[in-house]
Amino acid sequence: MAKKVAIEVTEAVGEAVTLARADVVAAYPITPQSHIAEHLAELVADGELDATYVPVESEHSAMSACLGSSAVGARTFTATSGQGLELMHEVVYVASSMRLPIVMAVCNRALSSPLSVWGDHSDVMSVRDTGWIQIFVENGQETVDNTLCAFRIAEDPRVVLPVMIHLDGFHLSHMIEPIFFPEQNEVDKFIPPYKYPLPLTPEKPVSMGCFGAPFIYPETKKAQEVNLEASKKVILEVWKEFGEKFGRNYSPVEKYHSDGAKTLLLTMGSYSETAMAAMDEMRSEGKDVGLIRIRLWRPFPFAEFREAVKDAEVLVVLDRAISYGGPGGPVCSEVRAALYDQDKKPKIVGFVAGLGGRHITVDGFKYMVNRGKEISQKGSENEFEIYGVRE
Amino acid sequence: MENYIKIGKQTITKDEPLAPGHRACIGCGESLAVRLTCKAIGRNSIVICATGCIEVFSSPLPYTAWRIPWIHTLFENTAAVASGVESGLKVMTRKGKGPAEKVNVVAIGGDGGTVDIGMQALSGALERGHDFTYICFDNEAYMNTGIQRSSATPYGASTTTQPAGKVSIGQVTWKKNLPAIAVAHDIPYVATACPSYPFDLMAKVSKAVATPGPAYIHVLSVCPTGWRCPTDSTIKMGRLAVQTGIFPLYEVEDGQYKLSVSPAQLKPVTEYLKLQGRFRHLTEDSINKIQERVTKEYNKLKEKCAASTGNN
Repeated sequence: MAKKVAIEVTEAVGEAVTLARADVVAAYPITPQSHIAEHLAELVADGELDATYVPVESEHSAMSACLGSSAVGARTFTATSGQGLELMHEVVYVASSMRLPIVMAVCNRALSSPLSVWGDHSDVMSVRDTGWIQIFVENGQETVDNTLCAFRIAEDPRVVLPVMIHLDGFHLSHMIEPIFFPEQNEVDKFIPPYKYPLPLTPEKPVSMGCFGAPFIYPETKKAQEVNLEASKKVILEVWKEFGEKFGRNYSPVEKYHSDGAKTLLLTMGSYSETAMAAMDEMRSEGKDVGLIRIRLWRPFPFAEFREAVKDAEVLVVLDRAISYGGPGGPVCSEVRAALYDQDKKPKIVGFVAGLGGRHITVDGFKYMVNRGKEISQKGSENEFEIYGVRE
Repeated sequence: MENYIKIGKQTITKDEPLAPGHRACIGCGESLAVRLTCKAIGRNSIVICATGCIEVFSSPLPYTAWRIPWIHTLFENTAAVASGVESGLKVMTRKGKGPAEKVNVVAIGGDGGTVDIGMQALSGALERGHDFTYICFDNEAYMNTGIQRSSATPYGASTTTQPAGKVSIGQVTWKKNLPAIAVAHDIPYVATACPSYPFDLMAKVSKAVATPGPAYIHVLSVCPTGWRCPTDSTIKMGRLAVQTGIFPLYEVEDGQYKLSVSPAQLKPVTEYLKLQGRFRHLTEDSINKIQERVTKEYNKLKEKCAASTGNN
């Protein structure tokens, strides 16, 4: 029987990692991730989580230690945020390229300068091409559920890839929410004991991380791409099984009043719940609007996304990061690319908002949808608009 | 020499965890040092390797020279990866799903990967007290990428990023003393070694891996390619480094210093310097300056050894 607990979402991550029986946690504290690192340290100190906690001296070493523990076959978890994710950047690539199924929670945060500890998606987008599976969550329950699913997905022998769970810094990480936690025996059945296929062991020596000359490097990269694309099937299977076992269902593209709606808003992360409230108000005002949220950012769910927007005339995209001097936010340029070759497609309008923890209210979403519709008809001299910023 | 061969045959394993046929340069002191290290640590070991000469000459896909488990990830994070390997093994063993007996966790890197870019990760791992051995194979510059200076490059050496020229003598700083920095971490075992003294090197490596907690060994690895010296002079050059006092061999066990090789009289540094192209440009004044510094540092070391003996 699942128990319902009011708990801060960061601490809930620690509880989920404990339920998943992680062997090694290597983490370095950074706002707004710190409560995850602290709570896991506490759980290990109290003997509630039988794991080794490596209190590393930086995020670069956090992910590096994770490479080592994962390579010997230990179930490994870490968490970080913003600058921390930037500092470990090069190591993040190695985890996926060497197929080490590490699970990492990222409390999405803005990047310096100016220093900001508050949330946006600048850090997320900088690791977009690192070859990890990236899943966005919107509330505490989704965070716990998907942290559990992350271990299953990562360790599936058909996948063996690292997974990031993206929860928005502060707007989600520091909320206290009522969350259902499954029983340990239920989780044990869902996440069976883990056996890494080719660990570092004197019993059967392997060489890991050899160097690749031009005659072999591209083959390794193609294998990686094929592998990441193929992981989507497993991700869907795991979510399906999770739904059957625990009654909560997840999809690569989540919908809210979107079927048949002429104008769609697209969001990712915790602001989606505010956007839902905006959709409710607009629909009660008789407007034909709906919301879609991309949950699975990598591998990008092309088929599900195209299906979700096929009947729309206008698609308004919210980005919480800027590609400076580029075509707009990274999400907007990706969905535009995903639809370019389609015969029937909505007009796409991009907004950037919510940078560095700036709030977006229900009215804000309503404005962006209305303004987006206007731009789709009249055009705009800008590639994208930044909403809610003083001139 | 005949005695050495006799003793060697009796005491040193014929097993070669580092296979021959790898791609190190002719006369490479580092590959010799790694080979001896592998003999000392044996097959019940996991090697964590930094980017650098060792990684490149031993692991070109799809080949490997490693007959023991080996992992390379990046340049500066070797000690951190070793932290993870050690932590992972420890917890797996505790939970009954890992190796039953202790596996030697041995991290290796060059001077660049250790004294420069890997310094922070090494300091962190030593401070946290992981049960592992870190061995720096120091060839005194970034040799893998073309003889660029590091903070382990000796004063007066010409490198490609600090070349000797009309108004420069090359390296203008003294070699960073990483063993002293390791000692400052208050770890149980620190040593220096050189493959020109193979028995000493292997004994130190064996002692390091048997020591619970972190151990650090700094190995002078002669690089004929970067030092501009004949490829058949590797062993001689290592001996001269020790006999001149430029690279003294010593151990620091629980803070107690002990010289491993203690020549009655140090040879003049010029005997070492004059054989190497990287020092060819040095004037008598510069050589005198180096001699003064070497004598001073050697005396300081001897004082530490004397003080340690006094404490015993």
